[in-house]
Amino acid sequence: MSNPTTELRAAPEAGPEEKPAPLRRRLVARGDGAWPWLFILPTVFGITVFYLWPIIQTFYYSFTKWGVFGGAKFIGLDNYVRLFSDSSIPQSLLNTIIYTLIVLMGIPIAVVLSALMESPGLKFAGFYRTLYFIPYITMPAAVGIVWRLVFNGDFGPINWFLSLLGIEGPYWTSTPGFALAAVATVGLWMSLGFNLIIIGAGLREIPQEIYEAAEMDGASRLRQFFSITVPLLTPSIFFVSVVTVISGFQLFDLLYVMMGKANLAMPQTQSLVYIFYNHAFLENDKGYAAAVGILILLIIAALTAVQFRVQRKWVNYV
Amino acid sequence: MTHLTRRSILSLAALGAATATLAACSGGAATGGAAAAAYTAPAKDISATLTYAIWDAAQKPAMQKIVDLFNVQYPNIKVNIDVTPSKGSAYWTKIQTLASSDSLPDVFWMNGPKIKLYAENNQLLPLDGLAEAKAVDTSNYPKALVDLYTVGGKLYGVPKDFDTIALFYNKALLREAGVTEPTAAWTWDDLKTSGDKISKFYAGKGVYGFSGDLTGGQTSYYNTILGAGGSIISADGKKSGFDEAGSIAGLQFWRDIIDSGVSPNMQQLTDTLATDMFTSRKLALLMDASYIVGPTHAALGDDMGVVALPKGPTSNQGVIHGLANVIPANAKNPDAARAFVAFLGTKVAAEVQAETATVIPAFNDTQQAWVDAVPGAGLQVFLDAARTASPYPISKNTGAWNSLEGQLLPQAFAGTKPAADIAKDLATKMNEALSQEA
Repeated sequence: MSNPTTELRAAPEAGPEEKPAPLRRRLVARGDGAWPWLFILPTVFGITVFYLWPIIQTFYYSFTKWGVFGGAKFIGLDNYVRLFSDSSIPQSLLNTIIYTLIVLMGIPIAVVLSALMESPGLKFAGFYRTLYFIPYITMPAAVGIVWRLVFNGDFGPINWFLSLLGIEGPYWTSTPGFALAAVATVGLWMSLGFNLIIIGAGLREIPQEIYEAAEMDGASRLRQFFSITVPLLTPSIFFVSVVTVISGFQLFDLLYVMMGKANLAMPQTQSLVYIFYNHAFLENDKGYAAAVGILILLIIAALTAVQFRVQRKWVNYV
Repeated sequence: MTHLTRRSILSLAALGAATATLAACSGGAATGGAAAAAYTAPAKDISATLTYAIWDAAQKPAMQKIVDLFNVQYPNIKVNIDVTPSKGSAYWTKIQTLASSDSLPDVFWMNGPKIKLYAENNQLLPLDGLAEAKAVDTSNYPKALVDLYTVGGKLYGVPKDFDTIALFYNKALLREAGVTEPTAAWTWDDLKTSGDKISKFYAGKGVYGFSGDLTGGQTSYYNTILGAGGSIISADGKKSGFDEAGSIAGLQFWRDIIDSGVSPNMQQLTDTLATDMFTSRKLALLMDASYIVGPTHAALGDDMGVVALPKGPTSNQGVIHGLANVIPANAKNPDAARAFVAFLGTKVAAEVQAETATVIPAFNDTQQAWVDAVPGAGLQVFLDAARTASPYPISKNTGAWNSLEGQLLPQAFAGTKPAADIAKDLATKMNEALSQEA
């Protein structure tokens, strides 16, 4: 090695009577030079090329009228002016918020399920964890196709089941209101696996002694759950809520697959990213789509910033 | 996930926020054509490697067979077939990206909605040289198809196959309901009366008389608009026809059959496509395109019948659409590519396609093998329809107003708003989109 600050001597091959030479090594280098940078270069390169550069480009294109095969024309703030007069934006923002709120309800569900799954002596805990995790690693498009059949108004199992109870189920994916609820329910179901893994890991981090002490003091299981489990889980809960909000605002594939084309309920269901997709890929209007994309980025950034502000008040880092 | 710190959460969040929604745009300047106008067939020993981009994996074996036959003539032109599925517009996303970076495949499939976009943006090589050199004779293909691929007086694509529209029917369902099979003499009224009888006969069993796939115009409302004397777009592609009286009547047709219970309602049709209902024996009559013949016959067997579209107030004209083979303007190897496209347009190539019975080849008088593949179903009507059919309606940026149709028309069909109001709204918005095209 050419690095003079690191001198590593191998153990001598000499006989057993000889003392091994001490291994000398500088643990903290004063002048590592460019080496650390070289090691993170692949990551920096990847993020710059595949994330930062496209974001900068998108920002630029949001001020242009896009030529279908390149050749964008600068038009100043026109796309943003149009954005604020576009009547589909407020409705789809509302749809996205409702979707995200419904999916967020998966977090308390995951906390309760995790607590049950981590309870000592439970058989097949690994099996349950796998079961819940499968939807998370399945392609949303595949999940969407299956649920589209499940929610089918005439032939779906849900309405068949409801009919046994004497209830006439709605056309889930094509009735305004029901459609958003249906898509969000599937979104919640898909997110459970990830939430369970994170929250389960958080649960196992909680020192057992705290529970033992609580037991000694006569705290009930319920009291232990609310006074020990939940507070000490707040870092995990905070993490999944940040991730859930971000992914909630990126709703697209599930919606696209479950709703189909020419759906009556689309205006009351479509998300911001769906609007982005429409303009970018169906209408070939990528300049305006870029402006929608920037709007989505700003909303997500703002919501995340707010969450980080508010977490100081409720998250306990041990 | 041992120790969650604010920093680790923040970095993850930042990454998440910057995902693919934003990473979708990139561009480069398009360069205009190296339009080698005149064409003479290249020497037999010309050597080249061509990429042939297609989107239907089911047709790859037929395409490969055509390539093999082509290689008998030109043994040193190697053709690699590259399949990208059209599902979720993957094919077109890829092609458009390749076009932006001047690296389009040497020969690729083109469809109606996209031809003007590519031709008018100077992405394609005019193929008039092929016609002048008699390497391709446009009179061999249905005129509507040649017109579809002629932009600004220049031919940009050699027709490959086509699809036309007809009325499918389920013989068994009709027989059980005591309704006579449709004939070529049927009018819209006959269709409505029979459809009504069938829906009433099967009431409560979830079987309906007649419907169509309303998620797009080609297999449904474009045909009724034509039948009522309306139009979708003016011949020069500059003005919407949706607000014409005939067009409104053509849209109202679907509202009426849904309203009277002849057809399932809009929500049912969204949940289960009319085509799927027909193959599941839940629909007795269906307006649809020739490309569903294969899977439909596989599902229904000899119960499937086909007859010409019923006559509307004006005619029984339907639309014709078909694919073409095109070459990029900046072709690296224009002579080899044109030799291949010329071969793809020959009778021999058409016959290979006909034998596989997947699509109707565009070359006239080679289609009999396709008709014979399902004897007794009356598939000849699709060929007859090609003679009178109207070209699939397009403009430069067809996608923009196709998207508007999908947003607005379901409300007209469902009766949320009167068809006339929706039609006028659609025409206004479509004209706005058309004015943006220039």
